[in-house]
Amino acid sequence: MKYAYFPGCSLHSTAREYDRSAKEVALALGIELAEIPDWICCGATPAHITMQLLSIALPVKNLLLAKKMEACEVVTCCAACFNRLKTANKFMKQRGEEQLKIEKILGEPYRGEVEVRHFLDVLVNVFGSKNLETRVIKRLKGLKVASYYGCLLNRLKDVTGLDDEEEPRMIDDLMEVLGAEAVKWPYKTECCGASFSLTKTDVVLKLSGDILQMAYDEGAQAIVVACPMCQSNLDIRQAMVNKKYKKNFNMPIIYFTQLVALALGVEMKKLGFEKHMVDPRPLLKEKEIIFSKA
Amino acid sequence: MKWFISQETIKAPFQKILEKGCGEKVARCYQCGKCSAGCPMAFQMDYLPNQIIRMIQLGMEKEVLSSKTIWLCASCFTCTARCPREINVAEIMDFLRRHAYRTRIIPSGDTEIPLFNKIFLRNIELFGRLYEVGLIGMFNLLSGEFFKDFTVAPKMFLKQKIGIFPWRNKNAKALKDIFRRSGGLEKAQRGRLLYPKLIFLNLSKKFIGKIEKLK
Ligand code: SF4
Ligand code: SF4
Repeated sequence: MKYAYFPGCSLHSTAREYDRSAKEVALALGIELAEIPDWICCGATPAHITMQLLSIALPVKNLLLAKKMEACEVVTCCAACFNRLKTANKFMKQRGEEQLKIEKILGEPYRGEVEVRHFLDVLVNVFGSKNLETRVIKRLKGLKVASYYGCLLNRLKDVTGLDDEEEPRMIDDLMEVLGAEAVKWPYKTECCGASFSLTKTDVVLKLSGDILQMAYDEGAQAIVVACPMCQSNLDIRQAMVNKKYKKNFNMPIIYFTQLVALALGVEMKKLGFEKHMVDPRPLLKEKEIIFSKA
Repeated sequence: MKWFISQETIKAPFQKILEKGCGEKVARCYQCGKCSAGCPMAFQMDYLPNQIIRMIQLGMEKEVLSSKTIWLCASCFTCTARCPREINVAEIMDFLRRHAYRTRIIPSGDTEIPLFNKIFLRNIELFGRLYEVGLIGMFNLLSGEFFKDFTVAPKMFLKQKIGIFPWRNKNAKALKDIFRRSGGLEKAQRGRLLYPKLIFLNLSKKFIGKIEKLK
């Protein structure tokens, strides 16, 4: 399996450990991820609230770059990039004045022909959970996690086409395949206030605090995420949440790829746990998932 | 605040402009309020999402475009996913923000959000990929929050979560063209990506706040 890989800005900065662990998982499973040469930012939220054409043109530019590679499908780990790339594809599949404008902007025709997948989709549906289960070396027994999907992974369904909008199961099922326990909790698709991390930090603290509280109440020891923005809001801002709401959360926010990699027997050192603000290693050690000294 | 809804506002072309601009049929909304019930940002908004829809139906263009609500929407799409009338409320919020930029109507509060968007886009236009240091620095400077996140930043560097230098972009020219042409076709007033009034408003607000604190 070979994919054109679109990391996105976050995975090259705040979420390097996501990038690294995804690559480790891919390596272990024989999935080839070839990074799109000279990819550019997908525009994220600020593009689509400022200029519609721009918000389509930027992702399409990346898809055109991918088209020039051998791979026929693009894979990304970032839920926001995934959403933007998918939205652009859906938009370009229609035919009208606006689509012609995009082609004029880019100087190339494009009709949404490059398929886009999230890495979670590749693992669960293309590689297959069954296959994955046979490859698990180290079962994550005793680990209780809350799987948190956030907004953009599954909304809207006719854009991403991945899982249920209100009650997704993909990460939960994946965690059970790995031997961990996925707790039942109602905040799976609640919003963490992603794009307001800088502008309205107070709001982010409230929303993230609620999510942490709910996960804690339902008995989760860690939250598993598939989006770099969710991770950074819940992880980097956790100390501030604690301060503002006088809480003592010590909830590691772990990428699903990191747990998959651990289960596949990848060395802990390669997975960037030291980059987390709330260190997941004590918890993993307590559960005897990792042994070596931190 | 009292509003007078007259024949004129109701007949105003606002609803038509919106329906043409984003293809959403606002007239179908029957005010069930489901969009607002699930909205994570509702507690901060001055008008709830369903109220915004109603105001559009009534042609209250100015009130809608200068509301804080449209900027506080986090584009989480909960409202769209749940609307029984299949109205894409999130897309309407998008349209309203774009329209506010075009008509240069500044919100009555939370002015740092429109400012942030523009700084973000400038950042992408210049560097191709997000350059966090530039983004945070520029935003803090122009919004008057000079020392925001100063406690987090050193940790971020130490953990190599953010880099010091921007990425060298080989597609720089293509990128510039994309921005220029999109801006032109969309009449987005791109030349004024950072209009002075917005910056001034932000800065003065911050300083007045600081002075009041001192008192
Ligand atoms: S959910 Fe839909 S129909 Fe109900 S108030 Fe909101 S926009 Fe109107
Ligand atoms: S998309 Fe905006 S208006 Fe709709 S629920 Fe989310 S924050 Fe509220």
